[in-house]
Amino acid sequence: MRMPSWIQVERRSSISPWTIFAISISAIVLALLLAGLLFRLFGVSPIRAYGDIIRGALGSKLGITETIRRMIPLLVIGVGLTVAFRALFWNIGAEGQLLVGTVAATGVALFSGIPEILMIPAMFIAGFAAGALWGMGPAYLKVKLGINDVITTLLLNYVAIALVEWLVYGPWKGPTQRGFAYTDRFSAAASLPVIAGTRIHWPTLAIGVFAAILLFVLVKRTRVGFEIRVVGENPDAAKYSGISQTKITLLAMMISGGLAGVAGVGEVAGIHHMLLSPEQISLGYGYTAIIVAWLARRNPLAAILTSFLFGVIMRGGDVIKVSLGLPFELVDVFNGVILFMLIGSELFIRYRVRIGARREVA
Amino acid sequence: MSWESWVIETISRALAFGTPLLLATVGEIYAERSGVLNLGVEGMMLMGALTGFAISMGSGNPWLGILIAGLVGGAFSLVHAFASITLRANQVVSGLALTMLGTGLSGVIGRAYEGFPLWSKLGRIDVPVLSSIPVLGPALFENQSPMTYIAIGIAVLGWLVLFKTRMGISIRAVGEDPATADSLGIRVPLVRYLCVMVGGVLAGFAGAYWSVAYRTAWSGGMTAGLGWIVIALTIFAFWNPLYGLVGAFFFAAMRVLSFRLQAWLPPELLKAMPYLLAILVLIIVSRGTLQKRMGAPSALTLPYTRGED
Repeated sequence: MRMPSWIQVERRSSISPWTIFAISISAIVLALLLAGLLFRLFGVSPIRAYGDIIRGALGSKLGITETIRRMIPLLVIGVGLTVAFRALFWNIGAEGQLLVGTVAATGVALFSGIPEILMIPAMFIAGFAAGALWGMGPAYLKVKLGINDVITTLLLNYVAIALVEWLVYGPWKGPTQRGFAYTDRFSAAASLPVIAGTRIHWPTLAIGVFAAILLFVLVKRTRVGFEIRVVGENPDAAKYSGISQTKITLLAMMISGGLAGVAGVGEVAGIHHMLLSPEQISLGYGYTAIIVAWLARRNPLAAILTSFLFGVIMRGGDVIKVSLGLPFELVDVFNGVILFMLIGSELFIRYRVRIGARREVA
Repeated sequence: MSWESWVIETISRALAFGTPLLLATVGEIYAERSGVLNLGVEGMMLMGALTGFAISMGSGNPWLGILIAGLVGGAFSLVHAFASITLRANQVVSGLALTMLGTGLSGVIGRAYEGFPLWSKLGRIDVPVLSSIPVLGPALFENQSPMTYIAIGIAVLGWLVLFKTRMGISIRAVGEDPATADSLGIRVPLVRYLCVMVGGVLAGFAGAYWSVAYRTAWSGGMTAGLGWIVIALTIFAFWNPLYGLVGAFFFAAMRVLSFRLQAWLPPELLKAMPYLLAILVLIIVSRGTLQKRMGAPSALTLPYTRGED
């Protein structure tokens, strides 16, 4: 790449976490400024829009609890994605893994006849298993046949959408729902407890935080975590040191897909209490969680922070829809712009960029 | 239905459904041959679909709509080109970001166009003389969109340029071994920028075909994953526009044939077929012994900087 002579670019040898943090924050601020232009396009003052978003997402008890409600699936999925991304497996299929998790949980809730006391654990286990299997299929295809993981995980999202639509319009359509494409409502035993007066289904939130801590320890402190990092960073070295890429990739995708499935369980058992059409269950949590994991620099603990940030943005989408009559899809635009700024900012993390004359190195 | 009309209808509908797939696949082949994976096809197609629809509606001229859609697709792809070529960003993430951005922007801006029928749609034509050939005529040359023939022409031209011209050698050299190409005086970043833009323009055409000729309506996210099927077809085609031609229409024919399962499968499950077929197609290719001789361009997804490994 040719650069003008007054800009110097050189590789960094090391970088402090604070510099990474500062660069990430600058990237987000820049993205918000750029996205602000979009508000202008709609004839809305960006200052007013951002004011509404901040007030609506953080300025009241309702705002904060609704932000956390949006944060929960992003956290649970995002934490799992950090592990998949570390193993250099591009899991773009969390959306589908979430949906099959909702299907499994609904199956258990409505048709299993499991004793009430075991109901919730059984739903979580079924959701984890369904998401894990949905994710391990593409993992198997990648390690055994060399098939591109981005494409298979993504295509399976559309298959999962079709599956849920078929169920709610067809065999699982609830006789008590007066013709709506919903299943019957879950019993109380199949519904998650919430913090009183909010929609925060705390068991799912607790699972997310617990998973973040557990996976942080796994990745940083254990043999398996070490092997995951080696497979991701240097597959050749992994091969020569006898690490099974098959085992590690399948494990990473079991965790990642399974947690996405768990997020799905939380949404149906904690929010909707029934299975309904895919676009009502998920507002693209599986895609937004990719940015959550990426912004967290694939660190499971940092995903707690980044999922909260994207909870604010999603809540912001709800707020400006009501207060300013703007479409919710603006959230997608936000996400795209933020993601571009983030990957652009990585240039500054990997390289030191100086403005001014070249310093001669002796 | 007689077997004749059955075959004719299947082929005819496969040509119509395969046209946007072919256009966008040829475009993606160019981007990837130069070493740049662009996962933003879905987003670029949606931007093209909205542009094509809006311009056709406003001007009353569908051709103008398709043309401008190509320009918008090309301009939109520059975001990915800048991120992945100039900023050396991760191409997978940058492509995903482009799809998110395209889906979001077209959804937001397109709100005003939802639910309108398009009067100035691109009509269908009968090719004179050829359409009177028995069986083949009605299957290939009757009641087809002119875009179908343009897409086939673009694929053949794309193959000629890529494999029979100096320019094509330069493109492939940049995708296989950019350092050597650079030392031979080929401007690596320029070639990559242009190839990504070819991908954007063709994805824009493909999207406009979808909204102006095939569906003749606009709704947010209307391409519903076609862009991802294109990524799969690019691999299925071994990065060769002529195989892309075969692949896109073969895939489209399988899709059309899957409608015959209507009697046994509910419509919601039928919707899953193209995505399952695309995965199946990838499995078939990976099984083939051909893969050893015809793999992906060696420098695919690798940014290039002069003087770095």
